[in-house]
Amino acid sequence: MSRWRLSAHAFRTILTKEILRFSRIWLQTVLPPMVTTALYFVIFGRLIGSRLGEMDGHPYIDFIVPGLILMSVISNSYANVVSSFYNAKFQRHVEELLISPVPNAVILGGYVAGGVVRGLVVGTAVTVVASFFTDFAVHSYAVTVAVFLLTSMLFATAGFVNAVFANSFDDISVIPTFVLTPLTYLGGVFYSVSLLPEVWQRVSFANPVLYMINAFRYGLLGVTDIDLGLAFGLIVAFIVALGGFALWLLDRGIGLKS
Amino acid sequence: MPPALSLHNLRKTYRSGVEALKGIDLDVAEGEFCALLGPNGAGKSTAIGIVASLVRKTGGEVHVFGHDLDRDPGGVKACIGLVPQEFNFNQFEPVAEIVVNQAGYYGVPRREAWVRAEAVLRQLDLWDRRTVMARTLSGGMKRRLMIARALVHRPRLLILDEPTAGVDIEIRRAMWDFLRETNRQGTTIILTTHYLEEAERLCRQVAIINHGEIVENASIGALLEKLHTESFVLDLREPLRYVPALPGYELRRLDETTLEVVVPRGRTVSGLFDGLARCGIEVSSLRNKQNRLEQFFIDMVDRGRQAQGGAQ
Ligand SMILES: Nc1ncnc2c1ncn2[C@@H]1O[C@H](COP(=O)(O)OP(=O)(O)OP(=O)(O)O)[C@@H](O)[C@H]1O
Ligand SMILES: [Mg+2]
Repeated sequence: MSRWRLSAHAFRTILTKEILRFSRIWLQTVLPPMVTTALYFVIFGRLIGSRLGEMDGHPYIDFIVPGLILMSVISNSYANVVSSFYNAKFQRHVEELLISPVPNAVILGGYVAGGVVRGLVVGTAVTVVASFFTDFAVHSYAVTVAVFLLTSMLFATAGFVNAVFANSFDDISVIPTFVLTPLTYLGGVFYSVSLLPEVWQRVSFANPVLYMINAFRYGLLGVTDIDLGLAFGLIVAFIVALGGFALWLLDRGIGLKS
Repeated sequence: MPPALSLHNLRKTYRSGVEALKGIDLDVAEGEFCALLGPNGAGKSTAIGIVASLVRKTGGEVHVFGHDLDRDPGGVKACIGLVPQEFNFNQFEPVAEIVVNQAGYYGVPRREAWVRAEAVLRQLDLWDRRTVMARTLSGGMKRRLMIARALVHRPRLLILDEPTAGVDIEIRRAMWDFLRETNRQGTTIILTTHYLEEAERLCRQVAIINHGEIVENASIGALLEKLHTESFVLDLREPLRYVPALPGYELRRLDETTLEVVVPRGRTVSGLFDGLARCGIEVSSLRNKQNRLEQFFIDMVDRGRQAQGGAQ
């Protein structure tokens, strides 16, 4: 069998398996982000936001929509891959893949694609929730979709790397709690960095998530604190670096083979 | 024709420092049914793990149907079906999906994968259970699920690491028939087991591994030839009053009506009966004290232990 055909069927198999996995447990995977986002909209959008006035020329509730959508995309793409692949390690069914002739790039690609689909499903669900609270038009579909896909790929890959290194269920919650959440909250989901003092603005620009949220906000609202080209360049660079690292880990069998 | 499996000077030292394989050589010809035997911790699963790409070797070479594991791992993997010692499927996945997915990893298109999965699951009596979570299967069913999963891509070499552990007698016999038939249709099989009767019934080649070294590798016939003695247990018609002395045989009284006899090579069972008849002892039934391969195996492991003791 040609390598391509094998890879195509194997990729489809892994992706289908991943989609079935999170669909089976949709109560834990798809519903919670919808509930959380609804709460954010009620509290920050309606109750507090109505007293805040405009931000970057948009009503506050509209301003936070892109950040909240992207935040759920980031955490769900990450969570999907890290828990699925760590579970595969923990229950040892990762061995089903290791003994088979699937190329490592296809294993990585399959899991990342699963994370992207979960991000897409949750992102769409959150968008639907948002549309109950506010009407918003899309400024640029191309930018919105591109930022969504790339960000989701990036965090799915990061989740994969996390799972390779994880040796316990605690290890898969450390990064989301201590790295991802602070970076997203400080990445300007709820405020425009232009409100910050000079020093903190400069610190904020070292946060990659800021670029993603702003690029996504540009896609939806047409406003941004940063340069779009720089944002895309940064996201792609991160994907290449993390993807390369993940493949290297797989080739060496690190965390997977004794 | 290259052998189905060829190991050359295969070594494995785990990071813990345990030297699990000390340079083993083994050839298994195509179509062979080979038992890999050895006590707990001998290195069987380690050797299998290396062949199946689950364990990284620290030295030596592996060839499967001529494919070199180092240069063409994909070629090696495509030939092998593995039934591991421990359950390693997703406990929360439905039975049929586990088998269908495995086929997908070997490049079988999904529709075809379902057709094949149905066939193997029916053969292994699991088709009724296809929609339940693997977690809810009994131990014996889980073993059969792993066999189904290993066969769905039609491997040329099937490796089973203790496939009948914890399987009841009836199902074990059904499994034996199934494996024999699979082998008859051309699949080379390598199997580890601690039930030596199983090895004696199924296999033609036997390799014994102990402390990371191959200590015996021969056909089962040749191995049993080497058996120095054979022990029998005799049930007697009447209570025994005294243990008779029969030159050449070793007799031991187990209880009133039971006698254990060791028959050395060169002596015959009919000679034994003649001797007993002369003493007026009638034998109502006779059985082997232990399976013959078991006897060989125990002798060998004992010799290994003595040799080690001597060296220390
Ligand atoms: N992952 C591991 N890390 C460190 N040592 C290991 C590992 N796996 C096995 N060993 C050691 O290697 C040796 C051989 O183990 P192996 O599992 O190959 O034996 P085995 O012949 O399959 O035994 P059993 O009949 O009990 O299954 C043992 O001393 C074992 O403790
Ligand atoms: Mg073992």
